[in-house]
Amino acid sequence: MSADKRDGVRPVVNESGIPIAPIYGPDEVAASGGLEMVGAPGEYPFTRGIHPQMYRKRPWTMRQYAGFGNPADTNARFKYLIANGQTGLNVAFDLPTQIGLDSDDPLAEGEVGRVGMAVDTLRDFEIAFDGIDLEQITVSLTINGSAAIAIAMYLAMAEKRGYDVAKLRGTAQNDILKEFIGRGTWVFPVRPSVKLVGDTIEYCAKVAPKYSPVSVCGYHIRESGATPTQEMAYAFCIARAYADEVIARGLAVDEFAGRLSYNFNLFGNLFEQVAKFRAGRGLWARIMKEEYGATRPGSMWLRMIAGGGGGGLTLEQPEVNIVRGAYYALISALSGTQTMALCSYDEAYTIPTEYSARLSLRTMQLLIEEMGLCDTVDPLAGSYYVETLTNQMRAEMERIIAEVDAAGGIVAQVEDGAIQAHVSRQAYDMQRRIESGDFRKVGVNCYRVDEQEHEVEFHPYDEAGAQAQVDATARVRAERDGAAVAAALDAVRRDAGAGVNVMPAIVTAVKAYASVGEITRALVDVYGRYQEPIRF
Amino acid sequence: MSNQRKLRVLVAKPGLDGHDQGAKVVVRALADAGFEVIYTGLRQTPEAIVAVARDEDVDVIGLSSLAGSHLPFCRKLKPLIEAEGLTDKLWIIGGNIPRQDHAELRDLGLDAIFPTGTRLTTIVDFIRERQP
Repeated sequence: MSADKRDGVRPVVNESGIPIAPIYGPDEVAASGGLEMVGAPGEYPFTRGIHPQMYRKRPWTMRQYAGFGNPADTNARFKYLIANGQTGLNVAFDLPTQIGLDSDDPLAEGEVGRVGMAVDTLRDFEIAFDGIDLEQITVSLTINGSAAIAIAMYLAMAEKRGYDVAKLRGTAQNDILKEFIGRGTWVFPVRPSVKLVGDTIEYCAKVAPKYSPVSVCGYHIRESGATPTQEMAYAFCIARAYADEVIARGLAVDEFAGRLSYNFNLFGNLFEQVAKFRAGRGLWARIMKEEYGATRPGSMWLRMIAGGGGGGLTLEQPEVNIVRGAYYALISALSGTQTMALCSYDEAYTIPTEYSARLSLRTMQLLIEEMGLCDTVDPLAGSYYVETLTNQMRAEMERIIAEVDAAGGIVAQVEDGAIQAHVSRQAYDMQRRIESGDFRKVGVNCYRVDEQEHEVEFHPYDEAGAQAQVDATARVRAERDGAAVAAALDAVRRDAGAGVNVMPAIVTAVKAYASVGEITRALVDVYGRYQEPIRF
Repeated sequence: MSNQRKLRVLVAKPGLDGHDQGAKVVVRALADAGFEVIYTGLRQTPEAIVAVARDEDVDVIGLSSLAGSHLPFCRKLKPLIEAEGLTDKLWIIGGNIPRQDHAELRDLGLDAIFPTGTRLTTIVDFIRERQP
């Protein structure tokens, strides 16, 4: 910027491509669009927050990502976290479960319970949530490719325990489009995958209207190389694709939009992230109101978990990640998130220990109890810088959304690999900037140390636990009514083939103790499997 | 040099791990360095990786693993590499590979281990030096 040259300082451009001025004042705010979109907390366009009193009324939900081994191991970790003040659960599943393989599948060998909890049948959900009050502790299921089955298992488990499913709260990640861009736990081709997400939204709107069936994730797109504005813009494109899918079936926007939620990332420049969340809240409200004709305020709310930050953590000097995590928590609190989760400092290496998971909880609790982050709503509002940046980032998000729409929409762009190629090109460019020293990473390209790095305690892979899971599932298979399972799987296949909503058939199959792998194969029989486009 | 065939490098994603950001970054770096790069995409079995390595006549077999299953996977891959007579190829791995596993990986025959955070030039230089 010429202003930079005039002031004799080096130019600064944030990751979203917006030049940052050395000083902001009323003129910059006015030039960026003024304060028109700010409004009051709890009022349209919700830039300052979706609730009038935000954390003054109730702090964010603390929901550390947890799960490993078999369901009994995970149940013990859940109870440990709850005993330490955690207020929600965020379930990690192992990779076989996430891509629809049973623990005894040959492809699952060496992966059972490794990066999350192994689940094969409803029995595993019963064990995992045993003794946990599902009204006090809401549960978020981090699963996508096999999310429809996991949702069915969760609802069936809750119903069996006597909860009224019509009142049950909880969330499933269930955002398959972002899995094709990053994270990679897809199963079916793109179009039937989107159809399946539509089935879960439609089913929950009717049967479990308090349940949030989808948490649209900018998070992993950012991890894959997207800028903060792309992270949010692509997430909105994806949410619109799911909304279009169910509106085409005749649902009214206000019947389901209030239960859509989001998952965003935290790493990077603090002010850029805070502006991202404020900008996104206003933009999403405007999209829902003006583009979709939503009338209920809840349909316009950008409800979210703002957490993680994994992409910002470093293998180098891992204990510095504790400090990074604290700043990420601050970003999250300043953004007005509903839920927070932090990557633990050892998470770049391994599954967090109890100690490191507790440290993450304490990090959030410090903000609540000591730092005054819950005293007043949206404390950065009115800052010339933050309001200008919020306006500029909102405009940039709108530009990106228009670009995706003009190129055929997000579903087509994911199907042909264009978004993936674009984002991975940026990841490469960023890696080169880090290696050249142009983009600074503490401990990576500056302030390096040669001393022995801080040792991290590794979470061991439990071979015996994996075998125990295989044995347990064999017992379930032996005890269940085989004819009922076969009939239920036929019904899944039939409904998938007929193009009707497969959720009722999946729920019936799950209740008959059909396994994740069996139900997935029934769907694959009809939908086929995704073939990844290799495009650079 | 210009008459020589380009070095052919296979970048494969073993097992069920879905983290492909790093693998794709390495693919671009190797291609920019002038290598011919074959990228498999996600979810490759040991059998599939060896088949591609053989059919594409690669000089380097590269794996990218971030979800912790590198040891069991490489234990399965080793006999297949031997059976196909591919032991003269460079065999390298990158990703989330803890230091405590390096010795066993080297015993299995890995020529180099590039943990997360390795500079791209380090990988390129290693391949150039070892497969001139």
